[in-house]
Amino acid sequence: MTDLSRRKLIIGGIAATAGVAGLGVAARLAEKYGLVPPDHGGIFGIGETLTYASQRLLTRHSLAREFSRSQISQRPFPNELAPLGDEFNRLQAGGFADWRLTVDGMVDRPASFSLEQIKSYPLRSQITEVVCEEGWSYVAEWHGVPLSHVLDLVGVQPQARYVVYYSIQPDWWESMDMADALHPQTFLTYGMNGDELPVGNGGPLRMRVPRQLGYKNVKFITHLTVTDSMKKFGQGLGSASPEAGYAWYAGI
Amino acid sequence: MATMGSVQAPVEASIATSKAAIRAAKSAARHSALVRVTHWITTLCFMALLVTGMEIVISHPRFYWGETGNVLTTPLFQLPIPSSRALVKTGYGYVMPDQNGWSRYLHFEAAWVAVLTGLLYAIYGFFTGHFWKNLSPGRGDLSWRTLSAEIVNHLRFKRPSEAEAWSYNTLQRLSYLFVIFILFPLVIWTGLALSPAFDSAFPAAVTSLGGRQSARTIHFFVSLALTLFLLVHVVMIFLAGFKSRMGAMITGRVNAGRLAGDKEST
Repeated sequence: MTDLSRRKLIIGGIAATAGVAGLGVAARLAEKYGLVPPDHGGIFGIGETLTYASQRLLTRHSLAREFSRSQISQRPFPNELAPLGDEFNRLQAGGFADWRLTVDGMVDRPASFSLEQIKSYPLRSQITEVVCEEGWSYVAEWHGVPLSHVLDLVGVQPQARYVVYYSIQPDWWESMDMADALHPQTFLTYGMNGDELPVGNGGPLRMRVPRQLGYKNVKFITHLTVTDSMKKFGQGLGSASPEAGYAWYAGI
Repeated sequence: MATMGSVQAPVEASIATSKAAIRAAKSAARHSALVRVTHWITTLCFMALLVTGMEIVISHPRFYWGETGNVLTTPLFQLPIPSSRALVKTGYGYVMPDQNGWSRYLHFEAAWVAVLTGLLYAIYGFFTGHFWKNLSPGRGDLSWRTLSAEIVNHLRFKRPSEAEAWSYNTLQRLSYLFVIFILFPLVIWTGLALSPAFDSAFPAAVTSLGGRQSARTIHFFVSLALTLFLLVHVVMIFLAGFKSRMGAMITGRVNAGRLAGDKEST
């Protein structure tokens, strides 16, 4: 073995050791700072973790693009809806007067809100784009209350890391991290383009997370749970989406 | 071990003495290890991106210009293919199975690997002079006379001379440079512009393209251009001599036996 190749071998060995150690440290730090998504396992986990971690570092406080009134889509496409079920139909017949939003989990004051209560909180509006993973999109003006306002009312405990949100449709439940939950554009919306939020677009209450794809913007919200871990929810992958093969984090 | 750091044989010298050198050495260095490894990783990623990209497109085979577009608005054009969503009217009597879940996971993972590999290759290319030595055309090569002669040779499917096993011709250099410095950056940019979270941090990434749907349409056409490049690239490898060119990109060396074998088989 020549001197040159021995030196290369030693340098290579040190580099490889440093690389493995570096990866180990990076993984620990990433976990500590909330840069690892719940669906980080499996063959696609590395790509998902890279996307989620880099976007959390780059976009934690950035605002989704907002548009002018003239850019609002004339025909906001509501997408297809599965049958909503007897419970929904009963509530709709009553003008949604009995619609409740319950909030529980790691909060100081678990609560149940009526739509009327939610509408009594300071109204906020945003003109943002709904972006479907399939490729289509539309711009609408959304009216509602920032999720952070509701979370402040119930008192989120410091160990909280995720907000799980459920639709009245049993197959639809999602979760987001606190960066998105406390983001100023994350709304519980009940109005659209100056009117009531149509049922097709998620009325009476829809989660709006404009920095993520449409499927994270769950319609017909009835229940929020604040938690420090997604392990005990469903298959522990973060939401119904990864269980159906779709990424949990949909900021892309 | 010793070959790890070796660079290409000096081009000029090797063309002049190639035959003698080949006969003497039986084989000689052509592509460096880093070029070969990044080439094949990129190939693998591109295939994954292409297949998954097609799967994603069939869920909405309509394209628009501007910020927004959906089945209620008029498209710029619609691909004449069936869709994996019943909401898209295609004229076909059936709906394809939805493959978007794994396709999207794999699309973004392959994109990460491709971008990191490309970054490594670009750093290597600039620092070792690879772009300058092997890909930038010689000054005289860009004259209209030289270029037109090469274009004519290509159109006649004329087999390249043996010297070309050692160096790229001008058209080849220009198309590689176009792919590396125009198409790849453009496909990455338009891809990133489709991320609502990325756009929140860097809104100019999408507004400068004229909006989200414009970015998607450009992404589609750049992918089409890259696919066209891949097809021509593979055809040219068969024309130039499959064994010697594949051998060189796998082993890094031009092998006299394979070069001769290619000659006999055509």
